[in-house]
Amino acid sequence: MAHAPVAHEAGHGGHHAEPGFWSKYVFSTDHKMIAMQYMFTGMALALVGGFMAYAFRMQNAFPGINVPGFGMVSPNEYNALVTNHGTIMIFWVAMPVLVAAFGNFLIPLMLGCDDMVFPRINRLSYQVFLLSAVVLIASLFVHGGGFAGAWTAYPPLSAKPQYSLTPLGSSLWVVAVALEFVAFLLGGINFVTTAMNSRAPGMKMYDIPMVVWMIVIASILFMASVGPLIAGAVMLFMDQNIGTAFFDPDRGGDPILWQHLFWFFGHPEVYVVLLPATGIVAEIITVFSRKKLFAYKTVLYTVFGTGVLSFTVWAHHQFIAGIDPRMANVFTITTLLISVPIAEMMFVYVATLYGGSITLSTPMLWALSFIATFLIGGVTGIFLGASGADIFLHDTYFVLAHFHYTFFPIAIIGTYAGVTFWYPKMFGRMLNETLGKIHFWGTFLGFNGIFIPLFLTGVAGDHRRIWSYGLFPEQSTQLLVDLRVFATCSMLFMLAFQPIFIFNFFWSLRRGEKAGPNPWRANTLEWQAPSPPPHGNFAELPRVYRGPYEYSHPDRKEDYWPQNAPA
Amino acid sequence: MADHAHSPSDAGHEGHDAHPHVNYWRVYWLLVGLLCVSVIGPMFGVKVVTIITAFGVAAYKAYLVAKNFMHVNLEKPFVTYLLLTVVVFMLLFFAGTAPDVMKREGTRWTKPEWVRAHEEALAHPPAPVTHGEHAPAAH
Amino acid sequence: MSAATRPIANTRSAAGVPTGRLAVWWVVASEVVIFGGLLGSYLMHRLAHDQWSVQAANTNTWIGAFNTLVLLSSSLAAVLGHQAALRGDGPKAARQLYLTMLGGATFVVVKAFEWTHEIHEGFTITSNTFWSFYYTAAGLHALHVIGGVIIMAFVAAEAKKNLELHRVELIGIYWHFVDIVWIFLFPLLYIAK
Repeated sequence: MAHAPVAHEAGHGGHHAEPGFWSKYVFSTDHKMIAMQYMFTGMALALVGGFMAYAFRMQNAFPGINVPGFGMVSPNEYNALVTNHGTIMIFWVAMPVLVAAFGNFLIPLMLGCDDMVFPRINRLSYQVFLLSAVVLIASLFVHGGGFAGAWTAYPPLSAKPQYSLTPLGSSLWVVAVALEFVAFLLGGINFVTTAMNSRAPGMKMYDIPMVVWMIVIASILFMASVGPLIAGAVMLFMDQNIGTAFFDPDRGGDPILWQHLFWFFGHPEVYVVLLPATGIVAEIITVFSRKKLFAYKTVLYTVFGTGVLSFTVWAHHQFIAGIDPRMANVFTITTLLISVPIAEMMFVYVATLYGGSITLSTPMLWALSFIATFLIGGVTGIFLGASGADIFLHDTYFVLAHFHYTFFPIAIIGTYAGVTFWYPKMFGRMLNETLGKIHFWGTFLGFNGIFIPLFLTGVAGDHRRIWSYGLFPEQSTQLLVDLRVFATCSMLFMLAFQPIFIFNFFWSLRRGEKAGPNPWRANTLEWQAPSPPPHGNFAELPRVYRGPYEYSHPDRKEDYWPQNAPA
Repeated sequence: MADHAHSPSDAGHEGHDAHPHVNYWRVYWLLVGLLCVSVIGPMFGVKVVTIITAFGVAAYKAYLVAKNFMHVNLEKPFVTYLLLTVVVFMLLFFAGTAPDVMKREGTRWTKPEWVRAHEEALAHPPAPVTHGEHAPAAH
Repeated sequence: MSAATRPIANTRSAAGVPTGRLAVWWVVASEVVIFGGLLGSYLMHRLAHDQWSVQAANTNTWIGAFNTLVLLSSSLAAVLGHQAALRGDGPKAARQLYLTMLGGATFVVVKAFEWTHEIHEGFTITSNTFWSFYYTAAGLHALHVIGGVIIMAFVAAEAKKNLELHRVELIGIYWHFVDIVWIFLFPLLYIAK
């Protein structure tokens, strides 16, 4: 793990000697180190998930091609690639980076305390998470190959070996996901308890930075929604291995039960990853427009409302599964309703930017692109939320493009935004701005180039999870083939720019311009600690006097006013 | 370090001590009595009575344990709201899932195995089975 | 973890609830959803399968009731232990916790005999979906009982030395929750036939 060593000052009565390699980097209980562990693991798995996307997109656009670096893609391998791409990106990239890494790093710092309230449980949560990642990777290499039943794992495909063709792979997949859930339950309790109890003196509810609220609410959503799926995962595992019939219709079970158990969690899960990303964007746009967040309380209550509402929309993923059409009515209404608070949040962000003194730094570019691309994702979701339209659009590439226009901003843009913004704090160095901007444009243009064509192919009838459209004459028109090829070439274009980020990241660790504590001249407490913060974070734990977004205050000479600066 | 019971982090405990302690034994015997009621209930053979004694009693017992043993009523209100909220989420889950899972047939679908089992059970009213080998194939 | 290395974060209490207790309530909340999902799924199936009463008739109500009594008694011991801890009487709190653990162990042993008998009768986890739910729900619950007993052993060991007495209440809250789950499992699996 290459990064600048955390300075080890004698923080709060530190009478311990300099720790060795293992206790400092591997068995640390320091929230910042655990954050780094989550971040690097998540980013490593992003490379795996990205490679999978590369392989299956090449096959999709050029059926039968011998994919460089992978080989021929058989139909079963194709299914395994799309399954594990989705699973990895959601559970092993978006969640660890956005929730666990940023949560772990930021929460104690932004709240002005020295660590999480349960540092050893924090360490345990990472260890369980790492185990889950190992189990998942192992599942790819066992006899039968990786699980290939889609990340949604609907039975009987996922339950019966004669359908899944990989009883060991599918069982390991379930175990990996279950372990990941346990890891995040452990971590979530830490986040929520720390945020509720360990705020700096003087920090009232409305003085908490928005990103902390978002991560905490996301943890609450996770904890309240994952239960039924844990029950379901146990039941699925038993169906796979013991011969129970929970989801086997031939023997008294019901596969729709799995769908409900899965999506009751699955929908709040997308908000679990969305909220931290929107929180990161909120922090960035306030700093780089030198303006307070427009309507902080409104955003906060909106997020509470969205969180509650997110539990009422889940069956919009099941509109054509044969659910009761009266329930489809109900879920259409709730789904369309939930678009309102999210859209309103985006408008609040635009209002925050309006009239601001805007600096188009790399983090700001990422934050702005988040708003733009997420809006497209959200708007296209409305078509899918209407059960009538969904009858046609379900399981087409339209759905896929919709959720990539939401997930990509969340997981990729949100991550790059957060990393480029907090890199100086994490490592004490500045990233190279020029490289950052080149990387941004390559990624942004590439991303749009991938998924806009896929909206079109979806509406034209391209079904998801199809190994080769050569088998379907009506989907093999020149236009559709060209669109798929364009999408894949855009992906190659986008992938070509990622090494720039990787280079920038590691090169700047040693050669970047040294960063002071507050290079962006921001208000929140993490910027009032050294860069990088030592063990214990603050030499003297701060006291808070005001909210986090007092920028460009008329009575002040400076255009920012740190939370802990006395009046 | 020796007497951790009175550290600052136990600030909330002072609230507990200030309230008169419930007689835990009295609550216990009440719980045992309710247990007896719920066991005796089905012996009347009336379905409604059984449901009330079984689940009504269970709900009340849960309330008694939560209130008197877990001291939920002495906690900050947020704890009560949190617990009620997750219970409501469970009811929500039930409400959204039951229309599909609880039914043998829908508008345009059936679960053939379920229907078959149900009709068989109707045709041959079940007598309690004592050995698994003789359990009817119906599920 | 000794107080000297406990983070300062741990000693703050902005929400007005001590940190440990706050965390336990969140654990209980997430466990409610786990059991709620499982029991809700069972209930939906049970309501749709009237004929499961044939299978359900084979659960032993007396054993179930006895186990309920055992858990209720262990909850009593747990709260008496909490009372002792509040008074600062660590050894007494530890004794009450040992009684609670005894209750938990009794519960698990009785269940082992009960299940052995049922399996010998032919009611295995795969013989009928009713039994699948029965063993899964009661099994998940029993795992929580065992886990609770293990944690309680650690808490009692410290309490005996008058250390970390606040944890007696915390493990007690978890234990009462496990008791409440059984309070609902008992009628679901043993009474509502």
